[in-house]
Amino acid sequence: MTEIVLVITATGLMVALLSALLGVFVIWQKQSYFGATLAHTALLGVALGLLLQVDWQWLVIATALFTGWAVHTLLHRTRLSADTLLGMLAHSTLAVALVLLSYSPVQVDINSFLFGDILSVGPSDLLLTALLLLFSLLFMQRHWRHLLNITLNEELAFAEGVAVARVRLQLILLLSLVIALSIKVVGVLLITSLLILPPAAARHFSRTPEQMLLGSLVLASISVLGGLALSWQLDWPAGPAIVVVATALFLIALPFRRA
Amino acid sequence: MDFTLHKGEILTLIGPNGAGKTTLLKLVLGLLQPTDGRLWRKPSMTIGYMPQKLHHDPSLPLTTARFLQLGLKPKQPLDPYWIEKIGVTAYLQQPLHSLSGGQLQRAMLCRAVMRQPDLLVLDEPLQGVDVQGQAHLYRLLVEIRETLGCAILMVSHDLHLVMAQTDRVVCLNGHICCSGTPQSVREHPEYLRLFGEQDTVFAIYAHHHDPDRCASHGTHSHD
Repeated sequence: MTEIVLVITATGLMVALLSALLGVFVIWQKQSYFGATLAHTALLGVALGLLLQVDWQWLVIATALFTGWAVHTLLHRTRLSADTLLGMLAHSTLAVALVLLSYSPVQVDINSFLFGDILSVGPSDLLLTALLLLFSLLFMQRHWRHLLNITLNEELAFAEGVAVARVRLQLILLLSLVIALSIKVVGVLLITSLLILPPAAARHFSRTPEQMLLGSLVLASISVLGGLALSWQLDWPAGPAIVVVATALFLIALPFRRA
Repeated sequence: MDFTLHKGEILTLIGPNGAGKTTLLKLVLGLLQPTDGRLWRKPSMTIGYMPQKLHHDPSLPLTTARFLQLGLKPKQPLDPYWIEKIGVTAYLQQPLHSLSGGQLQRAMLCRAVMRQPDLLVLDEPLQGVDVQGQAHLYRLLVEIRETLGCAILMVSHDLHLVMAQTDRVVCLNGHICCSGTPQSVREHPEYLRLFGEQDTVFAIYAHHHDPDRCASHGTHSHD
């Protein structure tokens, strides 16, 4: 029993760190709707997995990566605004996924995908999340300054020698992976809030990008650990409990506004 | 269209809206690839670029000093000489999003210059700068060129103040209308046709663009 709890806690904690790491850029580059869209399309991966009777985790990862790449490419080639494109994609794929789920040979509880199902987390999730965390940390360490410059002004970054297109695509693919792996912990509908609430709260008392990242890492960790504890003690659903804690932390941080 | 920009030269692109000034600038920076023709850039050239606008979002907490440092190599210290010279000292520790338009422009110039570029590219550096500031900026550009020995390429709407400090002016309107020293361009019939005769230094910009007369220069479109 303690081993299961340990696996769940460790996976949850790493999901927290991952979402904080990527979440700061979601906020800085105004991509929260993009995150939400990726999460919605992940449900299509779930539906396909159940239909084809293969482990849906891998199809979710594949779908998320494909969507990330497709949106990244389409955004530069269409006359539609990002807002429209993402809105269409998010809800059309959700609809298709729900229709496909009705054909699923096994009876599924859709709620576990929408709001997370922490008890389904196993050692393979722990391993996968750990690998992704390691990879993300290396990526950020290498491209942190590049990413900040891209966030400031893409053309300026390019003129100064940053491989803008490549780094931006890598960031988006990384975000796709983080969302795909977070679904078991917080679910499709709540992952965006885990991405944006901790950095938004940390913004209030940060004067540098690094302070904001550090604040986000701490706040996201508290949210996940607090949410899991509440779920354990009061039998709350884990995903929503995590987001409730994150929201509470955001509200507490409000009065501490600095420049 | 054919022109060369040499080391240590200040070249100004002028021309009406839609003339292709910014397009040419983006080609030089590599932001656009030429669909036709050739562009040669000195290999491993350091570029300093001052965009027209930054569009900085206040959700990214950044002081002016940090903004300047991000243009340099990691841990490379800021050069106090340029900070003082360009006049960024007073708001070095202020958040970037609290700067006024003029302050932000100076910060962007300072960042570009501190990179010690071989080529300094300025996109409309005069936008929103008052007349006094313009004179100051031109003196500054001459000094930057002398200190760094870099080439300066800039885009401007402005005609007269530019000309005083520029080595060469290229007047664009879909093609190169005319180019040469400020004085020769100013007296060039093409230039006069495009901008009309202006006697006063602070003449209000008037764009006399006659499609019929321009049509004789070959194929280019007008908006």
